[in-house]
Amino acid sequence: MKHMNLTRRSFMKITTSAAGGLAVGIHFPSMAEASVEGAAAEINAWLTIDPNNIVSIVTPQTEMGQGAFTAVPMMVAEELDIPWENVRHVYASANRHVNNDNLYTTTSTGGSTTVSRRHPYMMQAGASARERLRVAAANRWQVPVDKVTAKQGWLTTEHDEQGTLQGTYGEFAAEAAAVTLDEEPTIKAYGDWWLLGRDVPRLDVPLKTNGTATYPIDVSVPGMVHAAAMACPVPEGRLVSYDFEAVRDMPGVIAAVELEQVKEVPAFTDLRSGVAIVADSWYQAQNALAVMPIVWDYGRGVAISTESQMAEAMQLISQPGALVLNEDGNVGRRLDRGVNHDAVHGIIEASASQVTGEVYYRPFETHATMMPPCAVADVKDDRVDVWTFTQDIARSLNEVADQLGRDTENVFLHQTYLGGGFGGGYNMDVHRQAAAISAAVGRPVKVVRSREEDVAQDSQRPPVWGTYKAALGEDGLPEALVTHFVGEEKIPAFSQRGVANMPYLVPNRRHEYSAVQSHIPIGYHRAPGANSTGFIVEQMVDELAQAGGWDPLEWRIKMTEGNEPWQRVLLAMKEKSGWTTDMGRGEGMGLAVVASHGTVAGCVATVAVSRRGQIFIDKLDFYINSGYVINPLAAREQAESSAIWEMSHAMYGGLVIRDGRIVNTNFDSYQVMKMADTPPEIVVHLEMSEDQWWGGLGEPTGPPTPPAVANAIFYATGTRVRSTPLANAEL
Amino acid sequence: MSITLNINGQDHLIDVDPQMPLLWAIRETVGLTGTKFGCGIAQCGNCTVIVDGNAVRSCNTPVAAAAGKAIRTIEGVSEGNDHPVQQAWQELTVPQCGYCQSGQIMSAVALLEKSPDPTDNEIDKAMAGNICRCGTYPRIRAAIHRAAELSKT
Repeated sequence: MKHMNLTRRSFMKITTSAAGGLAVGIHFPSMAEASVEGAAAEINAWLTIDPNNIVSIVTPQTEMGQGAFTAVPMMVAEELDIPWENVRHVYASANRHVNNDNLYTTTSTGGSTTVSRRHPYMMQAGASARERLRVAAANRWQVPVDKVTAKQGWLTTEHDEQGTLQGTYGEFAAEAAAVTLDEEPTIKAYGDWWLLGRDVPRLDVPLKTNGTATYPIDVSVPGMVHAAAMACPVPEGRLVSYDFEAVRDMPGVIAAVELEQVKEVPAFTDLRSGVAIVADSWYQAQNALAVMPIVWDYGRGVAISTESQMAEAMQLISQPGALVLNEDGNVGRRLDRGVNHDAVHGIIEASASQVTGEVYYRPFETHATMMPPCAVADVKDDRVDVWTFTQDIARSLNEVADQLGRDTENVFLHQTYLGGGFGGGYNMDVHRQAAAISAAVGRPVKVVRSREEDVAQDSQRPPVWGTYKAALGEDGLPEALVTHFVGEEKIPAFSQRGVANMPYLVPNRRHEYSAVQSHIPIGYHRAPGANSTGFIVEQMVDELAQAGGWDPLEWRIKMTEGNEPWQRVLLAMKEKSGWTTDMGRGEGMGLAVVASHGTVAGCVATVAVSRRGQIFIDKLDFYINSGYVINPLAAREQAESSAIWEMSHAMYGGLVIRDGRIVNTNFDSYQVMKMADTPPEIVVHLEMSEDQWWGGLGEPTGPPTPPAVANAIFYATGTRVRSTPLANAEL
Repeated sequence: MSITLNINGQDHLIDVDPQMPLLWAIRETVGLTGTKFGCGIAQCGNCTVIVDGNAVRSCNTPVAAAAGKAIRTIEGVSEGNDHPVQQAWQELTVPQCGYCQSGQIMSAVALLEKSPDPTDNEIDKAMAGNICRCGTYPRIRAAIHRAAELSKT
């Protein structure tokens, strides 16, 4: 039973909060502008409906090119049942979220989870609003609620005396806002969808073709000054002194601000020890900072280099590592199945058919988002406003409040578009820098990182080394397998994911882990863990198949028997890719499959290698089983994007550390893929399992791409490339 | 020093250091923020504008070198976001994060003005100075061909 509970008091309360929600912060042009502001009724925290039947749907996740600002409104609109043309997206208020018991559950934007993990409550918000509109109409028309339909923005009933009655959602929105449901409706199942599953162009595209999309770097506040900041070029190092007098008289220079690090070793998002110059323009601030004498205490990092870490890793990998049963206690179940971990080394040593792998290596990589990290902060006595590069607006709001010792009620962190994210928007301290500098100078300030400072201070993707040894059975398949991966000490999971829980069922299995010392801050980097381990595991598999006399595709099909999501991908590859390991000299096909974010992604790469050893990727052919896909157009775009992103690092990347500092800090020395490098043909097959689930799509095609290319290089040349950048390989 | 910049057909008299990069004059002094900062060393193309018909990187072009010349920024490409390049970009949903796209569009506009029906090779060359970390290159290539088509009709 549903009933109406409209009192003047509750109606007032709801309209007030709706207006408050819209009035917070500075208004940016967005798709929401067509909505009649002020008159719109908030049905619940997720949506408002105005009298013209325009529905504004709140997106708590950030938009960094992955399509959240389209996907979230789609999920809500599916249940609300409103024409897509009537939908506008609006930013969530981080302040309202944080101060109302995490109103939107989470504002975190990562792990390819916006659709896969968040759809139940987002669809529920739309379903709940739809049902309340039906109740409101039933009450006004004095008919039972089951006589009212809600479809495509219209409420309709066949009244016994008055015939057909109809009204728009907008006409009933205010009354619906006051309805309480006795029972929440059940959300729709796959098959009942009218909007989800369709190709829907992303809503933010037009704003991004005429320069009107606003990023943090574009925000301007009256009276704002500009700052360039620098933390110790050797991470973990600290500021000793600086000579502001030497630059005080340079044009435009206003002040120097010391950035104080509270902890001995800062957490990833803590403010790091450093200094900033504040000036009338960023150009002036950066010029003064570049020449200001600064003395640093470099700390332990100064003794660490790419070479020293390599030597340490090679030493560690030649000895037994620590046994890893699973990662975070939630993967590795397959590893544990019927396995005597302690016996595995002995089985291999006793075997007459041993395979000993060489060492594979993926180096440090950086995000280098196209927008360098930047933030604007306006710190006043009673209120703080911040715009920043973040993949979690609530977390950043809390961090600003912490930095300034303010109550979260008075801190407003405003969403903008982000110039890329790729995980880089999590472990970031640029908003703390802006807040600290604005508080120190008493004026609004914009902090922009030079590209060099961005790369030097970024939370990097850590290096991974890996090797293996195996014993083969009479059928040529592995009977026992030990893998030993060396990672970086701060986040062990990044060298375990994808290998500790690999899907290939080897009867006797052991995974070992060691870690090199490192002072470099690390963080999430699109498909963290899998992006490096996949390169190693999927070439190891080809080596094992070759050693046992198996075709690499048939090996994978055999070794994942009964694993339906993997079988679907592998069998689709067999059927559609024209798979062969013999294309003739100089050309090769290679394949790799990696599961991440609940999705199984396979890649078949076709490459040509010139006589001079230059690698050309002719085609990338993807087979993706992510279960449900709500927007196939956006899914294909993300698949291409992840693949090119990860091939950039595999082909050209690799950070170089010397005397503790990163040496290649701009695009002249940290090369990425460009138009001419892009494979002429990229095909994306979405292979959906019958037994569907929700997997993520923002990352999974990255990890299989480099090993597929490396395997293809092997079949083209006979040379196995065990480290990246591939462009440096001698072929 | 007083310098006159002609941006999108409008003269702006500004008082800046003549060595200041054109990018910062456009963004901070004139206030047109569609042109983006990416690397500061002319390696990423985010800052691309058209000066006297040529795509240039404004982040390392001194403002003095642009004085008196015809500068076009993303804001001057069309009034209604409907230049053939913009139409093609929308039709093929090219942008993802979008941050590099002003620069990509300016490079594409300059290319098509010189070569109305470019080959893939010409596209590779003309777009070689523009990086996109989201990897929208396949759609950029397709959209340049599509814009060439739209320009003919």
